Amino acid sequence: MDENKYVLEMTDIEKQFPGVKALDHAMLKLRPGTVHALMGENGAGKSTLMKCLFGIYKADGGTILIDGKETNFTGPKNALDNGVAMVHQELNQVLKRSVMENIWLGRFPKKYGLISHKQMYDETKKVFDELDIPVNPKMIIGKLSVSQRQMVEIAKAVSYNAKILVLDEPTSSLTQEEVEHLFVIINKLRARGVAMVYISHKMEEILRISDEVTIMRDGKWIATEDAKDLTTDKIIQLMVGRELTDRFPPKTNVPGEVVLEVNHLTGKYMPSCIDVSFQLRKGEILGVAGLVGSRRTEILETIFGIAHHESGEIIKDGKKVNNRSSRDAIKNGFAMLTEERRATGIFGGMSINFNSVIANLKGYKKAFWLSSKKMKEDTQWVIDSMRVKTPTQKTHIKTLSGGNQQKVILGRWLLTKPDILLLDEPTRGIDVGAKYEIYQLIIDLANEGKSVIVVSSEMPELLGICDRIMVMSNGHLSGILDIEDATQEEIMRLAAQYV
Amino acid sequence: MNKPSFASEKSAFEIFLDFALYIILALMIIVVIVIEPSFLSMDNMWKILAQASTRGILALGVAGMIVLAGTDLSAGRILGCGAAISASLLQSVTYASRMYKGITEPLPLWIPLVLSIIVCVAFCLLNGFGVAKLHMHAFIISLGTQLIAYGALCLYIDSQEGGAQPLATLDDRYLNLVNGKVFGVVPNLVIFLAICAIVMWFVWNKTTLGKNMFAIGGNPEAAAVSGVNVAKNIMLIYLVAGILYGIAAFLEAGRIQSVTTQTGTNYDLDAISGCVIGGVSFSGGVGTIPGVLIGVIILQVINYSLYYLGVNAYLQYIIKGLIIILAVAIDVRKYIAKK
Repeated sequence: MDENKYVLEMTDIEKQFPGVKALDHAMLKLRPGTVHALMGENGAGKSTLMKCLFGIYKADGGTILIDGKETNFTGPKNALDNGVAMVHQELNQVLKRSVMENIWLGRFPKKYGLISHKQMYDETKKVFDELDIPVNPKMIIGKLSVSQRQMVEIAKAVSYNAKILVLDEPTSSLTQEEVEHLFVIINKLRARGVAMVYISHKMEEILRISDEVTIMRDGKWIATEDAKDLTTDKIIQLMVGRELTDRFPPKTNVPGEVVLEVNHLTGKYMPSCIDVSFQLRKGEILGVAGLVGSRRTEILETIFGIAHHESGEIIKDGKKVNNRSSRDAIKNGFAMLTEERRATGIFGGMSINFNSVIANLKGYKKAFWLSSKKMKEDTQWVIDSMRVKTPTQKTHIKTLSGGNQQKVILGRWLLTKPDILLLDEPTRGIDVGAKYEIYQLIIDLANEGKSVIVVSSEMPELLGICDRIMVMSNGHLSGILDIEDATQEEIMRLAAQYV
Repeated sequence: MNKPSFASEKSAFEIFLDFALYIILALMIIVVIVIEPSFLSMDNMWKILAQASTRGILALGVAGMIVLAGTDLSAGRILGCGAAISASLLQSVTYASRMYKGITEPLPLWIPLVLSIIVCVAFCLLNGFGVAKLHMHAFIISLGTQLIAYGALCLYIDSQEGGAQPLATLDDRYLNLVNGKVFGVVPNLVIFLAICAIVMWFVWNKTTLGKNMFAIGGNPEAAAVSGVNVAKNIMLIYLVAGILYGIAAFLEAGRIQSVTTQTGTNYDLDAISGCVIGGVSFSGGVGTIPGVLIGVIILQVINYSLYYLGVNAYLQYIIKGLIIILAVAIDVRKYIAKK
């Protein structure tokens, strides 16, 4: 293959938004038959660059060459018709229709003016067989797992004969096994000469799967290097633009006496946790590890009372507590940060102020109304102590970055003065710099004597901040490891125990 | 770290959108004045506001349900029931074919008002129960309630000795209260609307119930996790709506001075149109009290000016429909994510 031939060349791309230069001489050059990782913190301009490629945004300057020809797509459909496809992190699919209808939507194969279901089925099956995707084309797509739906989306791109495929955070909700399957498919596509842009925050994966890596920061091109010349630390350093000696803050918290005992907790409606018992100490950070589907979230939900429990008991400070709803739990000193920030955490269209005080309205009651002054003071406390970057309290929370949104929600819960914080994937979708800040906040809270349970899919994160890690496997607790004894291998072994 | 990207400067177009409703209202009034200069009189303005008052109070109730991402198709029929109760109890005691011949001494005015509120609250709680506890969509439950309320209204009016005749010839004290004017200028109805609006502004912006309403409408899941009792707060919003319906019904009966089985027909649609024109989003979690008022007033200005200009009655429907579509189409630009 001609080494200098690029299938896609984006050079000097510029894009100005009101108040911020989103892209400043951004560059991306893609060779056929390679996987090209595009990296950078949230807000570095990765998705803006991709949106310029697909014509969702119109670049203010720069050129986009595809196969050496200048191209300006008018939108995703136009790009797709020209062999440029994207698999989004959040899949846009018509959930109640079949797999094959989703693939052929907008260009159904027709016979005598009517849709030919047979042809549609045959062609879908052909693509699935080639890529080794074990999915029935007639299945309703909403019944598939996220990883299967993602594969369907890749197959759709292949059915368009895509020569350029953008994968946006494809592994963020996949299990290790599913990731392996995805990589098999990616390798098949690579062998066929498809050029892939792989956007991800997961260093280990990127170093494994990609050929080249382009790093962006503040909308600028920083570096493009062969993946084999890079290390995790090198990438982080390029991404944040400073030496990041430690990904985790120093652990300074010292666990004290037991404050929470969970005995034989079993959820009422399966799938949920089964016979889970553990203890939590004052000022301790307890990690919960496990594969997707190991029901880690369900433990937190059952403790917090938003999921019903069938049996078992929760003892806090020596007294039995019965959380039948989130209200009971809040009253009893629990707080819960949910996994899906957008779906169950933020009130997007409302202000920072609203989002900060909503769980603590009781604290502002005067006679019949709420004290605006106290609410403003508390919101300011959230902004200051959580270091939320926002112009005003009235700013809509949806305009903040993921990390800042998460800080507001963490602040919301701290206003309720909890003793026990249940954090479900607290750093999901947050960039490296902000992750560090969240870790620091968690350790600070433990130092103040609060007890924290952290559910996370990122093992390095659990190993970096926790005192102990309990591992879930298919609803059962398969083991609790002290941090000194915990390794990724040991966690994986326990996680697979009941599968 | 990336620089914070706050879009602060607004384009002229965005500023126009922020005030679009007020501009539309002003333009409509100007157009009517150009065509018919006599339209411009304080008398006409008060008349419009007075006519908008009962529907405005109704809309204040409906707006809460729309903020909860629901709606209420039964508001008009429920108002009909409340109006019938109020009128039947306040017919002139000297009127021979009054409904309650047993009432020979005039009742205190507050009794029919309270009864009207109780009846309206009962119907609203039925809707609220359907939404909060049975998890039905507000559209469906209120579609059913609407029929029940209509049936109840017809049965009530038909239960008169002389059969289904309009409930008319009302007590003078009642008519004076509703149709009187403060200092001979400001209609009492406008005062009542203003009081209800102020109270509701307070409820929406300064109370736990208001905050919870926006939370539930904006993101019910997040509200539940944050410790908001979703079912209870939905019921409370319906309860408040019921009180407003009861007041609107009491005033409406006195305003039109004759209640029939058709009283309240399509008032729900007017109230919903008013809310939507006023920027209360059907997707929930968005809306303001001033917006609702402006919406209702715009609707009434359309009604009154078309009538004032002597536009063909059938053509009026078409123009009204077009203006509603236009107003909302412009207003929703504000919320459409720009790319």
